[in-house]
Amino acid sequence: MAELLPELLAVRGVSVRFGGVQALTEVDLTARAGDITSVIGPNGAGKTTLLGVINGAVTPLGGSVRLDGADLSGRPIFERAAAGVVRTFQNLEIFSNMTVLENVMTGGHLHAGYTLLDSLLRTPRFRREEKRLAALCREKLDFVGLAHKAHLPAADLPYGEQRLLEIARAIAVEPKLLLLDEPAAGMNNKETQQLGAIIRRIRGELSIGVVLVEHDMELVMDVSDRITVLNFGRILAEGTPREIQDNPEVVAAYLGED
Amino acid sequence: MAVSARSLQLAVFAGLLAAAPLALPNDYYINILILCCFNALIVMGLNLLMGYAGQVSLGHAAFFGLAAYTTAFVTATAGLPVWAGVPAGIAVSALVAWLIAVPTLKLQGNYLAMATLGFGIIVSIVFNEAVNITGGPSGFVGIPRLKLLGYAFTSDTAYYYLAAGVLWLATLVSRRIIDSRTGRALRAIHVSEQAAQAMGVDIARHKRFVFVLSAVYAGVAGTLYAHHLTFVAPSSFGFNFSVQLITMVVLGGMASLWGAVAGAFFLTSLPEFLRVFEEMDILIYGAMLVACMMFMPSGLVGGLGKLAAWLKRKLTANPTPGQKPGQKPGLKADSRG
Repeated sequence: MAELLPELLAVRGVSVRFGGVQALTEVDLTARAGDITSVIGPNGAGKTTLLGVINGAVTPLGGSVRLDGADLSGRPIFERAAAGVVRTFQNLEIFSNMTVLENVMTGGHLHAGYTLLDSLLRTPRFRREEKRLAALCREKLDFVGLAHKAHLPAADLPYGEQRLLEIARAIAVEPKLLLLDEPAAGMNNKETQQLGAIIRRIRGELSIGVVLVEHDMELVMDVSDRITVLNFGRILAEGTPREIQDNPEVVAAYLGED
Repeated sequence: MAVSARSLQLAVFAGLLAAAPLALPNDYYINILILCCFNALIVMGLNLLMGYAGQVSLGHAAFFGLAAYTTAFVTATAGLPVWAGVPAGIAVSALVAWLIAVPTLKLQGNYLAMATLGFGIIVSIVFNEAVNITGGPSGFVGIPRLKLLGYAFTSDTAYYYLAAGVLWLATLVSRRIIDSRTGRALRAIHVSEQAAQAMGVDIARHKRFVFVLSAVYAGVAGTLYAHHLTFVAPSSFGFNFSVQLITMVVLGGMASLWGAVAGAFFLTSLPEFLRVFEEMDILIYGAMLVACMMFMPSGLVGGLGKLAAWLKRKLTANPTPGQKPGQKPGLKADSRG
């Protein structure tokens, strides 16, 4: 707690407007390497928009996004993925036309070290790299507990497992920072507990920084190192889970409602 | 396992293509078969674009036509050899596709469909109006027949084997692209552009690639077509043919290589089989299309796969004495994908 970890993500002064709606106003967010940083707030507070700004899906009016000191502002989504920012989606975006393993291998797109010519000629390099990638992706599936379903069509998985598949696919990108958008939505208590353990292991075993947007307060308070509270697109509070729970403004605006 | 099953499919396909002319009574049918190969070639490219990557082109007949007219011009008008005309035709198709793709595929949404619709119509007008170059509505005559490395493809059977060989090669290329990181990226784009990008896929580049590739397939077919018929006319490259190509993709089965082949062969040869019904043929043709889409919404290949699975269930439900259920030899491996 005392020693300050290096800044992994630094969002500074980000504002977003959708037509006449001010979605975010001068928002800052800092995530330190090795931390699980949560963003909470009522519906419409701008949490998903903030994730969009970080991963490049949403263009802000102003402000900057830095990862490991490198400025990502204005760069397209796929370049940010290569730079180390990957997200999952609140409304599942599983590749329903593929198997479970192929989904994860698509996550490994950037790590398949062969060219189009290699795939056309089926060179030894193609075979070696595809094999290596498949093995790597099986590990990722194993990490979330889906290894036994590798060859099923992804669309056949139950809802909770599709959420885990999204996580496996995202960590196959081997990011520095993983943005999780309501990963527990639609999960039962037991699944949510397992998810909490997986999120901790992503930080602990894979050394990936996590930014978590989540409504399940039990999960948030359980896994988070730091929490930022958004309300109507502005930052209401920032602190440790204990500080947030004791903050009267937060309780009034958000936590008290539950 | 998956790899060997796919090699087997390709081998069977090669065998079928090689044996097909032997089953036909005369050269007239060989010509239909050649036409089937050309159409299958275009449809296979279009299926990579539509079925796999989910991008719609309403003007693919124009790429087919551009290549045909280019090689006609290069060989007949400019008097250059065929081996120069064919690559020139393919290159023009590819270049034009790239020029369309660069501005339109940056945009999200169905702008490609709009752009290709307009493009197809414009090209069709040019074929009709640029009389000095194309010969106008009455067509371009006197295109030389194909001659490669001193071998002249004078017999229809020889030309068929060339077309079939090219089709088989295109199938192999498609298969290998689909089963690679590029193919996964294309399929990902089809379902979720957001998620594909989040995985590091440069979606604009992949869409450009598959669009140009599909134009190359159409271009190859166009040049072979021109040197086979030795005559081309604008009516072969109009909007109607673009729609027919899309029908072949959908009827055969989206995102299925064998669907593309089945759709093209079926719809190209069907009018010939229906000729015996005389004026009723177009009615029956329409009724068959409707029936196919009603009973096989996932296409011919998907429909046959379901039929095979149903038969298998029926067979295993009534096992013959001495044979346990589930021991029946597998009927047909799922050939989707």
